[in-house]
Amino acid sequence: MVERSKVRVVIAKPGLDGHDRGAKVVARALKEAGYEVIYTGIRQTPEQIVETVIQEDAPVLGVSILSGAHMVLIPKILKLLEERGLKINEDVVVFAGGIIPPDDAEELKKMGVAEVFGPGTPLKKTIEFVDRAVENLKRFKEA
Amino acid sequence: MSLEELVEALLRGDKKAAARLITLAENDEEKAKEIARLVHPHTGKAYVVGITGPPGAGKSTLLDKLIKLARDEGKTVGVIAIDPTSPFTGGALLGDRLRMQRHSTDPGVFIRSMATRGSLGGLAKATNDAVRILDAYGCDVIFVETVGVGQTEVDIVKTADTVVLVNVPGLGDEVQALKAGLMEIADIFAINKADREGTEMLYLELKMAIEFERDKWRKLGWEPPIVETVAFTLKGVRPLWEAIKRHREFLERSGKLAERRKERAREEIKTIVAGEVARKVEERLREKNAEELINAVVERRLDPYSAAERVMGETLKI
Repeated sequence: MVERSKVRVVIAKPGLDGHDRGAKVVARALKEAGYEVIYTGIRQTPEQIVETVIQEDAPVLGVSILSGAHMVLIPKILKLLEERGLKINEDVVVFAGGIIPPDDAEELKKMGVAEVFGPGTPLKKTIEFVDRAVENLKRFKEA
Repeated sequence: MSLEELVEALLRGDKKAAARLITLAENDEEKAKEIARLVHPHTGKAYVVGITGPPGAGKSTLLDKLIKLARDEGKTVGVIAIDPTSPFTGGALLGDRLRMQRHSTDPGVFIRSMATRGSLGGLAKATNDAVRILDAYGCDVIFVETVGVGQTEVDIVKTADTVVLVNVPGLGDEVQALKAGLMEIADIFAINKADREGTEMLYLELKMAIEFERDKWRKLGWEPPIVETVAFTLKGVRPLWEAIKRHREFLERSGKLAERRKERAREEIKTIVAGEVARKVEERLREKNAEELINAVVERRLDPYSAAERVMGETLKI
């Protein structure tokens, strides 16, 4: 397993909703599990989030959306990451959480989102997901 | 990409290369050494400002405003913001960046969060490596924000040209201002949240503590100014930035900047040597034939100082 304390995870809240309890709970759980978590705070633009992933050199990005704008914001984040030369699931893993209907979740997964977590997801499940997801990234395979 | 290629990209101003080099320096000591060798010749241009003070004093929020003023003057800015690693889980929640996110899309600003990873002096172990990388990347000013500190975490003096100590009213009486440690490293005092009760008292206490050492300041040619700020309303932020610039001018004019940097180079060499020696001694004492030496001390045939001398003689031989 990749050493957790050497994996940096950005937890971001794109868009205009201010409901950040879920993002904070996940950020804290990942910290407790031993990850280095960077929390961006609320009301972030996709551009700000992608810049954060680049400057922090984070291989994992978790986005939390409860506003209903996930089908606009998440594809935009994916597109910007690719434009900046970060390949999804090769350089960076993206997962999402919040209020995302199953049909949308399926579509997001087709676009490259590795996992979508809804309300009530046990934190253990999220942590185990990150553990598994990073193993397939280029930088950890090389090392 | 090889380290050489990454450093070449860094020198061309490639943001991703800068970010990756900091990660490598942080994660791998051998790579950190190699990176320092490649990057060091291209550094020394950036001015490094340390921002330190207790948790919740408003360091990140003040920094957000200072970045703005530096950018208004056309300077490129690097930020290294440090938060603690949990000694229990090894994890960290890095939340300083949150206060500065409006600058994240500015191409002239590079913000990096770092976790202490076991270091106790208020900085991350690889802070100096990160400063070097951002210096070579082309930042004119690099702000280093320490973890929220108490009294003894003074490592920032080994990194910064100017140290700003951010205080807040309501933390203690005047005896706190007289104590050793943190109070002694400030080039500039900021009293943030200066709209709160106790500001005037804190100002007087700091002033008194400074005046106790009037001779020292006269000899030095710089008396630490006290600037009252309210980061949220921008009150005092410009005077704080002006004070930082005045201190820089003072250091440059008096030749003290060169002196300080020389002292820091001495310190950094010392720290590296001490670390290497400690590692070698540790290895030596874990070897099988160290048992005899250790037993000799336990059985009172040899005193620990003589044993240490023997170990030093063996390990320092190159």
